[in-house]
Amino acid sequence: MDFTYDDEQVALRDAVRGLVGKAYHDYEHRRQVVKADPGFDEQQWARLAEMGVLGLPFSEEDGGVGAGPVEIGIVCQELGRTIAPEPFLASVVLAGGLVAAAGTAEQRAEVLGALAAGESVLSFAHQEPGRRWGASAETVTATQDGDTWTLTGVKEPVLHGARADVLVVSAALPDGGTGAFLVAGDAEGLTRTGYATYDGGRAARIALEGTPGSPLGAPGLDLTASIATVLDITRIMAANQALGAMQTLLKATTDYLKSRKQFGVTLNTFQALTFRAADMYTSLELTHSLVDWSTMVIAAGSPEEVAAAASRVSLQVSRGGRHVGQEAIQLHGGIAMTAEYNVGMFVAHLTALDHLFGDGDHQLRVLSSEVADYDLLDPLEV
Amino acid sequence: MQLELSEDDQEFRAEMRAFFTTGVSEEIRRTVIEGRELTRDQIVEAQQTLNAAGLAVPHWPEEYGGRGWSELRRHIWHEEMQRAGVPTPLAFNASMIGPVIAHFGTEEQKQQFLPKTANLDIWWSQGFSEPDAGSDLASLRTTAVKDGDDWVVNGQKTWTTLGQFGDWIFTLVRTDPDVKKQAGISMLLIDMTSPGLEVRPIELIDGGFEVNEVWFEDVRVPGANLVGELNGGWTIAKFLLGNERVGVAPVGATKRILARAKDLAKETSDGEGGTLLDDPLVRARIVELENELLALELTALRVVAHSAGGEPHPASSVLKLKGTELQQAVSELMVDLAGPASVASGAGDESDLPDWARTVTPTYLNLRKASIYGGSNEIQRQIISRTILGL
Repeated sequence: MDFTYDDEQVALRDAVRGLVGKAYHDYEHRRQVVKADPGFDEQQWARLAEMGVLGLPFSEEDGGVGAGPVEIGIVCQELGRTIAPEPFLASVVLAGGLVAAAGTAEQRAEVLGALAAGESVLSFAHQEPGRRWGASAETVTATQDGDTWTLTGVKEPVLHGARADVLVVSAALPDGGTGAFLVAGDAEGLTRTGYATYDGGRAARIALEGTPGSPLGAPGLDLTASIATVLDITRIMAANQALGAMQTLLKATTDYLKSRKQFGVTLNTFQALTFRAADMYTSLELTHSLVDWSTMVIAAGSPEEVAAAASRVSLQVSRGGRHVGQEAIQLHGGIAMTAEYNVGMFVAHLTALDHLFGDGDHQLRVLSSEVADYDLLDPLEV
Repeated sequence: MQLELSEDDQEFRAEMRAFFTTGVSEEIRRTVIEGRELTRDQIVEAQQTLNAAGLAVPHWPEEYGGRGWSELRRHIWHEEMQRAGVPTPLAFNASMIGPVIAHFGTEEQKQQFLPKTANLDIWWSQGFSEPDAGSDLASLRTTAVKDGDDWVVNGQKTWTTLGQFGDWIFTLVRTDPDVKKQAGISMLLIDMTSPGLEVRPIELIDGGFEVNEVWFEDVRVPGANLVGELNGGWTIAKFLLGNERVGVAPVGATKRILARAKDLAKETSDGEGGTLLDDPLVRARIVELENELLALELTALRVVAHSAGGEPHPASSVLKLKGTELQQAVSELMVDLAGPASVASGAGDESDLPDWARTVTPTYLNLRKASIYGGSNEIQRQIISRTILGL
């Protein structure tokens, strides 16, 4: 049992921190970048590719580096510390993760190779209007005609769906179950309407009308379980990203308390404020522990154990993230309400992360359904 | 980063679990698990069983019974003990005065006290708090004045837990009233049978008498019972309180009680054909508590993994703060599960209500103390905001 990074992991962290921190240390730069489409810096995306970051999770045969979950988590934390807008989570972890888990060897080499090289942005079009956070597709359907598959229905919101070069679209299969299909960004019958989200991110409505797609993996195969596991891993990585953002929020808040003066003294003179900062620290440390643990469970656990760990860390991040975010704004006061100061946008991003893959109450519901099935939790027996 | 325990540590854990579940009196463990009060003799028996197996004071220096374990093994030892319902060694002996004497005591004091302290042949009481010195411990007023080779002690200590069983009491006394308050304090070991020493019980809100006032009226204490340097008591107190904070998050015991709460909810009728565990609100409350306890347990593991250098991990204040909050929250859940039966604390053997339901409210009320002792949770927030956050 070891909760520390080895030398290589520290080197990776420092390298990513150097690259991302250099770009977005100045919050005004992020603000400018997210104002214009595609909502991130294409050159920065290319630099991440050069560093090997975009291929981190994928095997060497697929054009990647073959790194483990701890390394992916390190990248997510570093991106979270500056809320860097590049779509690592949506494109590499989620969409790329599904192609890696379910694609054929050719599909993996082609799609992941281009993704790792920074030549292609990938997006997983899964969420459907009127539905919440399941692993299956229902309203987007797949139809087979010989070797040709077409898709019909609407996906929304789809992260970076308008910019994506390739969409991975989940769809209800004719014989039941959920499949996934690779759809080119310029495919016929595809209408993409992109928009900005409140945290400077990008999402899109993806309308499919008899749109051709090639089945991911064997045609007609039910991929619900693969989708579920990739979503679980993404939840854990989103938690890593949220942790990075929470760390920045606490640091910003304590710095502010030490420098801002009212009534002729700095704010840290007031115990009503410092005690609340102490509670933020407690929330952050508890979150940190669950994030590290759940990240390690990805490597050590069964899909069921990864699912449970994903629910647990998401619940903690939801509770802890809201606490730290709300208090960060309150302890700053009016300045944190402004768009030109970073704190408000960090809170906005935490709010988005909370709702992309299942919020705290959703996870509470999931965990509640299983609570009678075991005696006590043992985090080391995975 | 790696989740699994090493093979050696897994084996160690299995060994601890086997001993605690088979080598310690079943009756004593059942008393703990069912939340009933242990007698003095049971507490002594449990500690002597542990001591005979070399498991009472593993964190002491090896020459006095310590085992030289890693922080992780100490953590495993502590968790497994709680999980099995084994009473942890008396904190006043094992966590407080034992390490102090081993670190600051004279050779004679070590010989005289350490073996008996480990074996609970001497039951120690703690004489720190006073009516006007709670969180502000350094403002204590009990005095010790030199008279020949002896010290003459006058004053009053309070909140002395289990002082009614005490043989000896370790006290902080004012030995120099003319300097900064922290600089005039010394530690004295006092035989509780000394003339002029009186223990008076304090009835608490749970109806019990676990704490006491200890009065000193011209109590003569041999000069040889001074621990460490004259006027060096504050350093010793900080050393002792630092140790106290680490062991004060009862993760294993709280987990065990929460698991029991779940069992009881499963077997308790909701009066409408189902059980309490069918209620989504009860389930959600249990899940939230389990998750917070999981986060706390993992934080404790992160802390022990980082404490190898000797300095406590900065997050150790989080353990005390959150650990006691969760301990209290689980006791509160137990009261709510018992429902109307929770009122019947005084019911006797002829009662139709379940035994467990009669003890839950006194326990809940009793545990309000947890966020007050060991450095109140407000003191912990102060430590976090000052020491960790630099505020």
